[in-house]
Amino acid sequence: MSAARLSLTHLTIRFGGLAAVDDVSLSVAPGTVHGLIGPNGAGKTTVFNLVSGLLAPSSGTIMLDGKEIEALPSWSRAGLGLARTFQNIRMFAQMTALETVMTGMHLRMKAGPVASILRMGRFRTEESAARDRAYEILDLVGLSQSAQLRSGDLPYGDQRRLEIARALALEPRLLLLDEPAAGMNPSETQQLEDLLGRLKQQGYTILLVEHDMHFVMRLCDEITVLNFGRKIAEGRPEAVRSNPQVIEAYLGTRVAKSLAGGS
Amino acid sequence: MLAQQLLNGLVVGSTYALFALGFTLMFGVLGVINLVYGFYLSLGAFIALFATQAGLSIWLALPAAALTTGVIAVVLDGLLLTPLRKAKAPELSSLMVTLGGTLFLYSLANLLFSTDIRRFPVGVVDATAYDIAGMRVSMTQLLIMGAVVVMVSALLFVMRGTRLGLGLRAMAERPDTAELMGVDSASLVRLVSLICGTLAGACGVLIGLNYNAIQPYMGEVMMLKGFAVIILGGLGDIRGALIGGLLIGMLETLTAGYIASTWKDAVGFVVLVLTLWIRPSGLFGRLAAKRA
Amino acid sequence: MPEFVLPEVIDDFLFTYQNLVYSLGIHGLLALSMYVVLAVGQLSLGQAAFMGLGAYASALLTLKLGWSLPAALAGAMLIPAAAALIIGSPTLRLSGVYLALATIGLGEVQRLAFVNSDFTGGALGLSGIPTKAGLVSIYGSLLVALVLLVLVARSKIGRAMEAMREDELAAGALGINLPAYKLGALVASAMLAGLAGGLNAHVSSFISPNDYGFDAAVTILSFALLGGLGSPFAPILGAVILTLLPEVLRSLANYRGLVSGSIIVIAVMFMPRGLLIWRMGRIGVSSRRPS
Ligand SMILES: Nc1ncnc2c1ncn2[C@@H]1O[C@H](COP(=O)(O)OP(=O)(O)O)[C@@H](O)[C@H]1O
Ligand SMILES: [Mg+2]
Repeated sequence: MSAARLSLTHLTIRFGGLAAVDDVSLSVAPGTVHGLIGPNGAGKTTVFNLVSGLLAPSSGTIMLDGKEIEALPSWSRAGLGLARTFQNIRMFAQMTALETVMTGMHLRMKAGPVASILRMGRFRTEESAARDRAYEILDLVGLSQSAQLRSGDLPYGDQRRLEIARALALEPRLLLLDEPAAGMNPSETQQLEDLLGRLKQQGYTILLVEHDMHFVMRLCDEITVLNFGRKIAEGRPEAVRSNPQVIEAYLGTRVAKSLAGGS
Repeated sequence: MLAQQLLNGLVVGSTYALFALGFTLMFGVLGVINLVYGFYLSLGAFIALFATQAGLSIWLALPAAALTTGVIAVVLDGLLLTPLRKAKAPELSSLMVTLGGTLFLYSLANLLFSTDIRRFPVGVVDATAYDIAGMRVSMTQLLIMGAVVVMVSALLFVMRGTRLGLGLRAMAERPDTAELMGVDSASLVRLVSLICGTLAGACGVLIGLNYNAIQPYMGEVMMLKGFAVIILGGLGDIRGALIGGLLIGMLETLTAGYIASTWKDAVGFVVLVLTLWIRPSGLFGRLAAKRA
Repeated sequence: MPEFVLPEVIDDFLFTYQNLVYSLGIHGLLALSMYVVLAVGQLSLGQAAFMGLGAYASALLTLKLGWSLPAALAGAMLIPAAAALIIGSPTLRLSGVYLALATIGLGEVQRLAFVNSDFTGGALGLSGIPTKAGLVSIYGSLLVALVLLVLVARSKIGRAMEAMREDELAAGALGINLPAYKLGALVASAMLAGLAGGLNAHVSSFISPNDYGFDAAVTILSFALLGGLGSPFAPILGAVILTLLPEVLRSLANYRGLVSGSIIVIAVMFMPRGLLIWRMGRIGVSSRRPS
């Protein structure tokens, strides 16, 4: 257990009377893609907010590489190697795509105010290294053509990929992706799947929330299913998709069909 | 002497409580700090002044001025804040717009009415005073406390005991969810502006009566005290606004009585800064959780 | 060495418009001080108060202790910085509303303190301040501040600041230490405003406790909002326009409050990026990919 990249134990958060996340435990092994699925309102985004430090749990613990992090502010968690994207895209709209990715390297850059103001050699070397690395990351997500465009002007699907690029710039030990394929057309979704496949090959550890079941089933090594804040199933994709409780939870939604269709 | 001080403090404090109530309600339900709110206080006082000068009795002038202010508040909120609400602008944008609006309105009032202090016509302010257990209580003070008790009870009843109050509290908790639950947010926003404007207007009349001095900038001074009250009580917390208002009112009177009256107006700010250092959520408040 | 003599036309111009020329520079500094806070997505309404603290601090240092101008100006920057720390620190982990509310009150309390203390000259203020500042110190300060801000903007600090302004949550998730940046910005801005106050005291020789209130705070905000935040040049443009306007249109002079107020409303509602919408790049080297 202690080898887990991320482990949540009895994690709970209540908003007023509602337990949006209720006694959830899960663990993500290094180098795996772990799916977190469940119908709308199940508490998936809330789990992300708890892990990344935007919300404080009512009870339970969150460990990253064996270190308890639930009391740390979000920026310290980023320092420990946690990066995320957002379900509702959060762009730095006026920045160029290149600057956006370089902003993701904030913690890796060491030149302080004095070095920046005096434009010392150290500062210049670091800035150009960061720029070059940012171009590489944009290459990886397929956006280097748009490097000089305003982030806010990019098409929706590109903004989603830019968010991933910005998160990758942190060189994260754990990447949280909240519905990365939402609003993408089939070809964009395919591109995204390829990208995530490549990241997986490169050894990234990913916790993925996604509604596109084919996508999830193909990518994930392990899946946890939430419903009304509680964990209702967990296991390998094949086991989860045929779990009656899972099918029941999704009953009457579009996802139900793809769950049934695949088995 | 102390008892008399505390009584005077209670009267002043109850006007602060009334003022802060609308302010905090506005923040709690609408999620904005509306700085124009202080101007509503001046507005209420001026309308009552003109109404009494025209011969209306204060018993009519008070509710008329309060309600008129409420209606103007609805209009101003619609002009300044509704567009930003629709564009889902960040909270500081709303704060800045109301700041600009405030400066504009005060400057306008200054041009129209000058900063001379005006007084209610003779006979409006009932100077009768009673001797109760060795304390001097004036008719005006009784009127003020009576009016505050009536308005606060009415508001508490609405918030706690009616469907409307339920909707308002739902709005305060989760605006988006409230809308899903079928709460008509646009008309609730108007209603809240009306209620808050009315409270501020009434408060202006009462303060005008208490000191029998009315001038355009009276709301600005009050605004600073209002911040202190709602931060002491906890942003958005009704109970906190009431208790915070009374506390600051009494502290001010005690400061004036035992230290120096010149420092009275610094009390609010000192309380505000201390609250931020010691207990930033205030006496009762929760700090708004951030959402992704 | 031959003495440097200004051409007569310029000399005449300076003589006639001396106060205006000083005001332009000082307002430029104030606009920059506002910009620094707004640039991290915070709102301080204490800029006028910080200016007042700087003015009084430097005036007292020269009047009572006989300090030189540079030393007094250093004091004019440090005292407001301390005030910013006391008021700002507890608000940094809270929503931005708290800083705004906490700083609004500062001006009024400071006025009370100045009015009620003999040491600060009471309601009459301080007079007889040596007029040691001038064109060189004012425009030199403005230029240094501007260059520093431009250099800082084109570095990881500038990127972090813009990220915070655009989306604080996303910025925090990238590891940007939000409270540290907010406090740094607030302190820097208090120092700039204090410097402006100190310079102003040393060109006008007289300061009064009533000059640093709510109206002044809002006017300073209107400089930055009119100009915009795309680069440090924008707020200065705003200050220049709003300082010249009442001079050109004399009839406007009585309506300053109306003008500043409506400019804020219009800027926030209809031109949130200000007049100078050009945005400065945020990279310290060429953004082009080396081939
Ligand atoms: N900050 C919050 N305050 C109150 N309720 C919240 C908050 N965040 C989420 N919720 C509620 O928690 C539940 C789970 O939401 P969420 O995590 O967004 O679901 P999912 O991402 O699985 O669709 C929902 O009922 C939502 O309304
Ligand atoms: Mg979600």
